[in-house]
Amino acid sequence: MALKFPIFMDSQSTTPTDSRVVEVMLPYFTEKFGHPASRNHPFGWEAEAAVDLARERIQKLIGARDPKEVIFTSGGTESINLALKGAAEMYREKGTHIVTTAIEQRATLDTCKRLERQGFTVTYVPVRPDGLVDLDEIRKALTDKTILISVMFANNEVGTIQDMAAIGKLAKEKGILFHADATQAVGKIPVNVEAMGIDLLSCTAHLIYGPKGVGALYVRRKGPRVRLAPMIDGGGHERGMRSGTLPVPLIVGFGTAAAICAEAMPEESARLATLRDKLQDQILSNVEETYLNGHPERRLPHNLNISFAYVEGESVLMGLNKETALSSGSACTSSTLEPSYVIAALGASSELAHSSIRFSLHRFNTEEEVNYVARRTIEVIRRLRDMSPLYELAKEGVDIKSIQWKAE
Amino acid sequence: MAYSDKVVDHYNNPRNVGSFAKDLPGVGTGLVGAPECGDVMKLQIKVNLETGVIEDAKFKTFGCGSAIASSSLATEWLKGKTVGEAAKIRNTDIVNELKLPPVKIHCSVLAEDAIKAALADYKDKHAGAAASVTT
Repeated sequence: MALKFPIFMDSQSTTPTDSRVVEVMLPYFTEKFGHPASRNHPFGWEAEAAVDLARERIQKLIGARDPKEVIFTSGGTESINLALKGAAEMYREKGTHIVTTAIEQRATLDTCKRLERQGFTVTYVPVRPDGLVDLDEIRKALTDKTILISVMFANNEVGTIQDMAAIGKLAKEKGILFHADATQAVGKIPVNVEAMGIDLLSCTAHLIYGPKGVGALYVRRKGPRVRLAPMIDGGGHERGMRSGTLPVPLIVGFGTAAAICAEAMPEESARLATLRDKLQDQILSNVEETYLNGHPERRLPHNLNISFAYVEGESVLMGLNKETALSSGSACTSSTLEPSYVIAALGASSELAHSSIRFSLHRFNTEEEVNYVARRTIEVIRRLRDMSPLYELAKEGVDIKSIQWKAE
Repeated sequence: MAYSDKVVDHYNNPRNVGSFAKDLPGVGTGLVGAPECGDVMKLQIKVNLETGVIEDAKFKTFGCGSAIASSSLATEWLKGKTVGEAAKIRNTDIVNELKLPPVKIHCSVLAEDAIKAALADYKDKHAGAAASVTT
């Protein structure tokens, strides 16, 4: 089959909406346009039924007991904001301490920063070089004021999957709420809020082949009954936790995407892991001094994150971006002009953080695409190393760390 | 971020990639930047000791596309200039030529630093020759 360009391998930033999902959504823009809170006519009933079905599908995908525990939001960022700020405000009397990790996404870190300005204290526990959070570090961080533990289920950059069940068990023992940022995990790997002791869980549609603009927050109703202070006031939709007219077409799409993921997951995750391993093997076996970031086994099946010594990440992307969409932890690709804090938190040198490239596969990638991307990546790395003064120094046997660099 | 055509051209067809032996007569070497900052440039000039004219220039760069383009452009501009003329190249000239966006201005600053470092190294090594050259 002929390759179609550009090849998309950046599925941890977003995914294409599955055409089956789009098809199911379309009537909800036009003839089935009702407001799900309109209780007194068929337009409303039809919309409400569609939302209920979507809620059930998401409930099943995350192993929740009751569809009422699923609250629709505008996406992962809003879900995380609501979970953290909503719990902080609601349980402030009980305590003002939150525990999270150093490798969370910005939605979590920036929300925590705001809470700190409002008088909360937040502990950012470090992670091991493979990206795993040490349960003892969390245990050590807990105080009698801790009200919430918030941990990313699977990391967006290196794909490391945390031992959520163990953290959930610890949280239960201590009577502390446990929020999982599962935006990268839901739909890709088994997630079960009951088995894992998760009280709050954030997820989003656009990372599971659904539309952008809709997400969900799971809020436990039993054992314990979790309550959140709403951030948006209004008509009291979504059990009063998130007012606002529900975007029915997006929610229908989210539900359909969740149902497809639930059904496809065993086959799809195995297929993507095989493709990912091929990509990894081809690159690692053909390019010296390349380093796998994250945990070699406990990681998302579609994630591959590699640091290429002596070359800078943005220049690698530039060599590939006409034909392949990837992402990098390089400072030059971030809005903050800092290299990836995730790679840095794993203990890698900043030079290797600047050199990290993330390949994230998706449902529609083929083996031909993987082979092509591997070959082109190898070519670009070699070309850039040929023009890298660091590579030249290393080849001459100079230890780069022995040079007195003058930082800008 | 979209790149200007000139940045893309220098990235795809970098001019004067390579190295001179550092101890060759007439060669000045500048190595600036830092790996942990994501930018390192090595820029070398080869000066005709009699005329003071830069006859050749080479670079190697670890950095983003704009850093590669800035140093590639610098080597192009250096060739044929006297040592004195070369010292007048400013980072703003590079910014204008490559149409660098504000976040990439530091790449041009680094290229100017690399030129200055190469000239300083040349002058250190050839104090006598440089003094006899009128620029």
